[in-house]
Amino acid sequence: MAGMEDLYKEIIMDHYRSPRNRGELLSPPATRTEGFNPLCGDEIVVYLIVDDGVLTDIKMTGQGCSISQASASLMSAAVKGKPLSDVRERIDTFKALMTVHEAALDGEASDAVDLRRLGELAALQGVVKFPVRIKCATLAWNTLIQGLEEISPT
Amino acid sequence: MSGYDPALVRADFPLLGRVIHDHPIAYLDSGATSISPASVITAMSHYYENSHANVHRAVYVTAEEATATYEGARRRVGRFIGAPHPDEEVVFTKNATEAFNLFVKSWGASQLRPGDVVVLSEMEHHANIVPWFQLRDQIGIEIRFIPVSDDFRLDLSGLDELLVGAKVVSVTGMSNVLGTINPVRELADRAHAVGAILVVDAAQSVAHSVTNVVEMGADAIMFSAHKMLGPTGLGVLWVRREILSAMPPFLGGGGMIADVTLEGFTAASGVTRFEAGTPPIAEAAGLSAAVDYLEKLGMAAIADHEAQLTGHTLERLATEFAGRVRILGPSTLEKRGGVISLDVEGVHPHDLAQVLDQFGVCVRPGHHCAKPLMRRFGVVATARVSFGPYSTLGDLDALFDGLHHAVGVFG
Repeated sequence: MAGMEDLYKEIIMDHYRSPRNRGELLSPPATRTEGFNPLCGDEIVVYLIVDDGVLTDIKMTGQGCSISQASASLMSAAVKGKPLSDVRERIDTFKALMTVHEAALDGEASDAVDLRRLGELAALQGVVKFPVRIKCATLAWNTLIQGLEEISPT
Repeated sequence: MSGYDPALVRADFPLLGRVIHDHPIAYLDSGATSISPASVITAMSHYYENSHANVHRAVYVTAEEATATYEGARRRVGRFIGAPHPDEEVVFTKNATEAFNLFVKSWGASQLRPGDVVVLSEMEHHANIVPWFQLRDQIGIEIRFIPVSDDFRLDLSGLDELLVGAKVVSVTGMSNVLGTINPVRELADRAHAVGAILVVDAAQSVAHSVTNVVEMGADAIMFSAHKMLGPTGLGVLWVRREILSAMPPFLGGGGMIADVTLEGFTAASGVTRFEAGTPPIAEAAGLSAAVDYLEKLGMAAIADHEAQLTGHTLERLATEFAGRVRILGPSTLEKRGGVISLDVEGVHPHDLAQVLDQFGVCVRPGHHCAKPLMRRFGVVATARVSFGPYSTLGDLDALFDGLHHAVGVFG
């Protein structure tokens, strides 16, 4: 059975207490994208600046539980300053992490996810053991995806 | 109180035997749904094992039994709420939300005209808001809200102005977020004085205090079986006979007709014209058993027991968490029920509920389907503790253990 230590890892609590890249960017030039979780009322605003194919700056505001706030902070640290191709790769890896098949939960992480490539993001791995909380972790990421779509539709 | 032994009551509820994360379950989410005593579950099994047949149709023995069970439940629950004419006034629906939709789409759409005023309150559940908005968008009624004061009560100081042009006042008997018990009788008298009817959302109050529709002065009330120890899938709409007789059918189909030809149909008279299709028969059997159980305990005794637990919780919160926990609701027992919404400084309700789960404690985090009320008090969510007849001081000990732990982790 999953315990709280799987969910509230030290890295997550650190990012919850001291969120990275919190704040606003002047929009424009930054894009401003809002995300909501109607089930629990969590909300987030993601500001992005993309310059010459690189996500040069990201800032976020909003409110929510520790998982949603920490996931947003971890995300911002993972994608800031990265070329968009790297950003998209991070997003794909994160999505894979969140959709790990339940059968794999009790054993090792799914082969589909290379945890070493995730760095600190791997701390979010425990969230999948709490299916109700997955939506908390994905809010910031889905809002980022939406923001990137506005900048350069795929 | 004499004769009320929560430990004995607890033993009647099979689910309370569960152990969650090595703790006995402390079920403190009766405001979302109550759990059922064995007698309710047995009543439903009995129907499936002995009398599983459709109602109102066939003449064989089990079919007669099924009809007697179903119609018996209508009378049983009708008497429980003091309905003068249960057979002609109690309509079974899917839940309280459907009961609201039935009433608004049948009575509202047929009796209200553009410009008519509907008066709700700021503390309503979405079930008593959204159907009225839908009707407004269809026919152009005007909706007004009784405000909620800073002390979590309905602010009736401007009621006279709100009631100008009103045809219906629809309010909750007890808030599912604040625990506030509203002055239903006063609202009935003031609504009737201007020719409006009074509708009461009884979903939260019905399992926790005596309900008498005549003494309330209500013209219609709604509630759900699953919040009164009964099964899911069954709601109740009670409408005063004189008002119900003017209401057109809701859903169309079998069971609600007097006749159908290739040219059209004639609706059945009586309450069955609102009950198209095979109804929830086993659930009705379960509801009868739930009402039997509640009456055996005594609604006044249940109210006393829950008031004791509520008082104890409010006291402990004040002494152990002063300054850390804000209670969204009255801080004394006066006109409040056993629903306590917590806003814990620095701990998001979802995190709090997650920590409490580790202690076997079940509470509800979220907006409780009352987003206007959440906005009124500047929060996106609360963690809600709510009691049932089976709640004990032991549940509260587990709750407070968990609260202290959560504040330690996140504080």
